[in-house]
Amino acid sequence: MELHESSFVSLLSNLRSSTLYNELFVAAQEEAQKSNVRLSDLKKCVQSGLVSAGWDKKLRNAVYHIIQSQYKLFKSSPLASPESEKEPIAYILKAQFVWEKKILKSLNSMCTELTVPLARSRSEKDKKDLAARWSELGVDGPAKICSSDLSQIRPVYAPKDFLEVLVGLQNPNSANTGNMGTYDLPWGLIQVSLKVKTLNELRVQYSEMAITHCQTGTDDLPDIPPELFENERSKLGKKVIAANHAPTAREYSKRGCPVSMRADLWCQILGVDLQNVDYLYYEQLKSYVLQHDLLVDSLLYKDVKLTATNDDQYFVFEDFLYQVLLPFSRDSVVLKHFAYNSATPPKSYIRGKLGIEEFAVTYPPNGVIPFHGFAMYVAPLCYLYNDVVRLYYVFRHMYVNYFFRLHSVSSHPQGIVALSLLFEKLLQAEEPELFYHLIQVGCQPLKIAFKWLMRAFSGFLASDQVLLLWDRILAFDSMEILSVLAVAIFSFRKTNLLKVQCMSTAEAVLADLFTLQIVPLLQLSLFSK
Amino acid sequence: MARIRYASDFDKSVLLNNFENRGWIQVSPEEDWNFYWAGVHNIRNVFSVESGFRLQDNQVINHFPNHVELTRKDLMVKNIKRYRKDLEKDGNPLAEKDETGRFVHLDFIPLTFMLPADYNLFVEEFRKNPNTTWIMKPCGKARGIGIFLVNKLSQLKKWSRDGKGSVFSPPTAKETYVISKYIDNPLLIGGKKFDLRLYVLVTSFRPLKCYIYHLGFCRFCTVKYNASLNELDNMFVHLTNVSIQKQGEDYNAIHGGKWTTQNLRLFLESTRSKEVSDKLFDEINWLIVHSLKAVASVISNDRHCFECYGYDIIIDDNLKPWLIEVNASPSLSATTSSDRIMKYRLISDVINIVIPPGELPDVRWTKIPDKENYGHFELLYDEELANNEQSNQEMKVKASSLNFPGKRDARKGGQATWK
Repeated sequence: MELHESSFVSLLSNLRSSTLYNELFVAAQEEAQKSNVRLSDLKKCVQSGLVSAGWDKKLRNAVYHIIQSQYKLFKSSPLASPESEKEPIAYILKAQFVWEKKILKSLNSMCTELTVPLARSRSEKDKKDLAARWSELGVDGPAKICSSDLSQIRPVYAPKDFLEVLVGLQNPNSANTGNMGTYDLPWGLIQVSLKVKTLNELRVQYSEMAITHCQTGTDDLPDIPPELFENERSKLGKKVIAANHAPTAREYSKRGCPVSMRADLWCQILGVDLQNVDYLYYEQLKSYVLQHDLLVDSLLYKDVKLTATNDDQYFVFEDFLYQVLLPFSRDSVVLKHFAYNSATPPKSYIRGKLGIEEFAVTYPPNGVIPFHGFAMYVAPLCYLYNDVVRLYYVFRHMYVNYFFRLHSVSSHPQGIVALSLLFEKLLQAEEPELFYHLIQVGCQPLKIAFKWLMRAFSGFLASDQVLLLWDRILAFDSMEILSVLAVAIFSFRKTNLLKVQCMSTAEAVLADLFTLQIVPLLQLSLFSK
Repeated sequence: MARIRYASDFDKSVLLNNFENRGWIQVSPEEDWNFYWAGVHNIRNVFSVESGFRLQDNQVINHFPNHVELTRKDLMVKNIKRYRKDLEKDGNPLAEKDETGRFVHLDFIPLTFMLPADYNLFVEEFRKNPNTTWIMKPCGKARGIGIFLVNKLSQLKKWSRDGKGSVFSPPTAKETYVISKYIDNPLLIGGKKFDLRLYVLVTSFRPLKCYIYHLGFCRFCTVKYNASLNELDNMFVHLTNVSIQKQGEDYNAIHGGKWTTQNLRLFLESTRSKEVSDKLFDEINWLIVHSLKAVASVISNDRHCFECYGYDIIIDDNLKPWLIEVNASPSLSATTSSDRIMKYRLISDVINIVIPPGELPDVRWTKIPDKENYGHFELLYDEELANNEQSNQEMKVKASSLNFPGKRDARKGGQATWK
């Protein structure tokens, strides 16, 4: 990995400000005070002492995660402005800005309609009541809002609203050259030209998923003798977990995580290693929820009620979802991710001080306004973690590493625009007949696939399959697999899709994906031609 | 080939659609049928001596004449107790007890007494552990009817006063109750209590031939579980019966509180370990086989009969499964669309095992179906096949029967070794 000198400097400064630095410092002092340490080889003794206590692993993992997070930025040059780190293309940045304003406006008008403020503090009595109901919020909800009001609370936006924004994106420089007619206009819905990978490039990227390599979730099913693959695989997995080294865990997960090891492997990859302070921090977030009643709480409550509560795979976790989503909305650590997100956290003003910068506050405190289906980013994780706090941190890491890109307008290669375009281009290249047919009958494939992409397929596939898919997102550190899977599904149902004559039948053909086995499908789509 | 003539006491679509899709012809139960899906109440008539009815070789029916030995709460308990005692008398290693007098391998039903018959025994037990909660169930009823929780002897006395006559008057079958130790440490998922509904198909009791269905499900309570005493009367907390939960305001008609066993397995394997979850499902299979063995000697093993049982199992927080009861006539009404699909398949798979596809029922048949006809069933135990194997591999079996429990652990890749 190539590192700029400036990256090295920032790496060091990052390390110095981390809690690990203090812990290392204290541990080193303790080593130095040991009686068997001689002054002549102090350095050597301290170092070997630290290594044998396992500190080298922690340091390595910390360095790895800091470097990883730096790669999230658009770093064209070390001198790039913070603005261009968020989004280098001006018209895309502007589109995101307009979109944010629209969301905020509709949030504000909901407040006016319901005559509730965006935020208010809770009375002592309400606080006590909420604290008592904390683990069963599914019954009455965080705000004990009456059902007629709840019915007026509606998601601020849904995937199809957001798709409209993306469809409307157009490069102002290329749009004006249109006198050549439609030749250079793409067939699909996405009009932005971004570089996306070809199938060949994806094959190289996902080479570990090749049919010649046995995969967890396919080659370890109960009807296959475990001697062939499963035994070796789980033996290796145990070693990997014991090594506790993020890049190793990542490499191993490329062929899928065995069910019983997934929870630990994901934590290692994401760098979730809970200390007491993390539990305290979660408790603090919870106390923030108790103190203030935000409109966003009702939005989240409504979202869970509209999605997970009705889902036969996730309904049992309803109460867990509130315990993750509500504290998440109060977590200002999430704000850090806006350094590399094209979005900007929404601002609200203290009553009567509208527009005065000193009275501006981020709303909600984490800067994320939920949309219809947001809760489904958390739901599959509930299968992995019985401990709400661990669940919380894994979700937060997943969000600031990946999911935020699925609902902000950006030209980033991992962003939803590029993923949508990748889907359209791949489908067009690999299934031209199908693509042409669908367009002819007026049914743009992206109109169906977009909700899959935006929710990372959560709620559309069987729960074990979503987890196998997310294994690959984490392992390859890329969400391009989502587009590949969407194409694979269209290919798989091709025979039926070629018969459809309108949107609603196409939707019906693709409505039920719960029987799909995603790994063989992906392999088929990536490697069979 | 002649088309199969079927009769049904039920007007349920999951049944009728199956029969019609096979091109079967409907006849009334009084006519000449080949396949009769009867209600439990009609079984007695079919087999009663007075009816003067003799089943032919090409007739099969979906209940054993005295299935109540397994499916009535008190008789099941009685049979299991007797089975354990018999094994103990024979010095069978299965009947091993630990130092507290508990069966090591056969302790799979909660401690249970009949009332009023065992009233004195119960009182003795109650005094030993006065802080336990007990659950009272009428023997002859299903779907959670007449069930209540008890944690004071006075409540029982009140019940007997309110009922017909004193505790000591001779009981009629309808007034018989069982009282069982309440599993007050159930495994909770998402804070909620659930039980398992598993389907088990038996095609013969002697030799025992039984199958377990892969598409069983968990039934969740809509209300958060709360073991506190003041919630004793809130049946939404304690009873998972769909018929009870449906009345609650939080009942969700889309999933009906039902969660597949695949999801349960995924959750347990992810949050605990593969070993723990495999062991749990092994123990469930184990308790099913032994509950069937416990009644095998008393069931009238009529060749015309097969039966699909609904097993109700509760898992406690130590991941130990407890057999609560067995239903002879598990509900075939579908509460949700996926429920409908599952139950349709269940019936279809039952038929394929009971009647080899393309043939007429024939009770002289070996009852060893092709594996490809199993559908979503898995063969749990076939005594005949096991015995054949046993005689083939006598040496091996001798060695392993000495440490039977060890054999269970040696199970790998879906191969149950008690077969």
